[in-house]
Amino acid sequence: MALLEVKKLGISFGGLRAVDDFSISINKGELYGLIGPNGAGKTTIFNLLTGVYKPTDGSITLDGVNLTGRSTIEINKAGIARTFQNIRLFSNLSVLDNVKAALTNRYTYSTVTGIFRLPKYFSAEKAMNEEAMKLLSVFELDGEADTIAANLPYGKQRKLEIARALATSPKLLLLDEPAAGMNPNETAELMNTIRQVRDDFDMTVLLIEHDMSLVSGICERLSVLNFGQLLCEGKTAEVLSNPEVITAYLGE
Amino acid sequence: MKLKIKPATRRSFVTYAIVTAAFIAVEVAASLGRTSNMFIGLLIPFCVYSIAAVSLNLTVGILGELSLGQAGFMCIGAYSSAIFSCMTKDTITNALVRFPMALLVGGAFAAIFGVLIGIPVLRLRGDYLAIVTLAFGEIIKNVFAALYVGKDSRGLHFSLTSSGDLGLEPGGKMIINGALGISGIPKDSTFEIGFVVLMLTLVIIYNFINSRTGRAVMSIRDNRIAAESIGLNITKYKLITFGLTAFLAGIAGALFSHNLAILQASKFDYNLSILILVFVVLGGIGSVRGSVIAAVVLTYLPEVLRSINSYRMLIYSIVLIVMMIFTSNAKIRGFFAGNLMKLKAMFGKQTAAKEGE
Repeated sequence: MALLEVKKLGISFGGLRAVDDFSISINKGELYGLIGPNGAGKTTIFNLLTGVYKPTDGSITLDGVNLTGRSTIEINKAGIARTFQNIRLFSNLSVLDNVKAALTNRYTYSTVTGIFRLPKYFSAEKAMNEEAMKLLSVFELDGEADTIAANLPYGKQRKLEIARALATSPKLLLLDEPAAGMNPNETAELMNTIRQVRDDFDMTVLLIEHDMSLVSGICERLSVLNFGQLLCEGKTAEVLSNPEVITAYLGE
Repeated sequence: MKLKIKPATRRSFVTYAIVTAAFIAVEVAASLGRTSNMFIGLLIPFCVYSIAAVSLNLTVGILGELSLGQAGFMCIGAYSSAIFSCMTKDTITNALVRFPMALLVGGAFAAIFGVLIGIPVLRLRGDYLAIVTLAFGEIIKNVFAALYVGKDSRGLHFSLTSSGDLGLEPGGKMIINGALGISGIPKDSTFEIGFVVLMLTLVIIYNFINSRTGRAVMSIRDNRIAAESIGLNITKYKLITFGLTAFLAGIAGALFSHNLAILQASKFDYNLSILILVFVVLGGIGSVRGSVIAAVVLTYLPEVLRSINSYRMLIYSIVLIVMMIFTSNAKIRGFFAGNLMKLKAMFGKQTAAKEGE
């Protein structure tokens, strides 16, 4: 059975049908791409999947659990984590604290324990530090654990956002334009990182991307979105050579 | 081997050291008779305002929401603890037992109100939250100004109209006499207790900031949408912070009321809320140490300037402007930070050279 099963998803903003009759099925461990021209509704789909918007129709099922209409927090706890198109880090916190903030729900102790520094505080904080440093080292950010997130170079901020999303131990990772604003070298490096994340964490990844070198380089299957509707889906090479897709991107 | 101390830990211990050093200096000066009466009279207000400013900084700096209700929470803390002390001063005669209990009563009542008010109010953001908390503070003040409470053998009596309405027995005793307030509160506040309470407040706040909860709260401040995306319950963390702010403000109020001959609600008007917000803003939003320093300096200054009364507010406002420029202008801050780095580098070289010898 597929890990993520989306059926006939749709949302209207007033009279505008932003996403209509969108279905997708992603298997565990897959690297799946969602592409389409600007304004096609890709980020809207991410917002629907993560509960930022409530769908007007359709259903979302993750690993057999129905997540339709649930809140962002519930959906994250159920196992979907995401990054954002415009980076959203906790910019005044250190790199380490950004990841530790995402560990909040996994290593718990009460506020009172924290204030009075009871023994559980130290054991939980130690475990959090170890887990966070482990994650940071995967992204080669462990040397900058004490840097304030806003002071990181752009490429590293993108990586930190992925690390933070992974810290919530999701089943499905959504990446919204991870290569935006990166040069070809950085993109190549990012491709390796994404592959490594899939292999090391046994992760399923759904990504939105405009950079076709990245899409064709790592995605196994693709869905193409145009005007809020599914244009076609299938194996990456087949989809990218589909004349309809080329028309949607480049015009007639 | 060089001991590695986390910057957050170092910051908190420097603050503890500064406050302790100031306390010892004052105690020594007082025992040598080098302090004026005016200065002695200001010691408890220093502690009260520092606690109030530091706790407000939790909401303004750490949570990133503007609250103007600090005086309201202080008022609740002041009145509830004063009522507690007036009722128990005959049964619990030891002030060192009674006063900590009174402080906790003040803090607890303020925290209850903080959470109750926080539930509807924290849905608002920015200016709206400021307006509602300002209104809350005024409502609290006016309710206490109109409140009559008396005690006789049948128990407590409340009225919002007049003292006659209470129907007290002949032997009964007024506790709150409307706008005239409460008199006869045991003067339990001392500078030593104030210092201990301030230190405890600082420890609570620093530990809170460097805990799981504090990190979650700062994440929400920095980016609400991202905080939700990693599963943080925004309302819960906001309420915890708001409640803790109210609790500490209540304790500040309790410390304040036990230093007064007569406690009147009119002291807790919006000017007090604004004053405390000024301490927080000028001390540097989010800087705990800054709040304490600003609270002490800006409480002391108007009193020192009393001798040149006509220019008092003029100088006070100039100091405010200068402090504002220093704490908020990146260029000036950078200039000082740069020079500090140079100094550090110089000293670093010297110590390195010494080690080499």
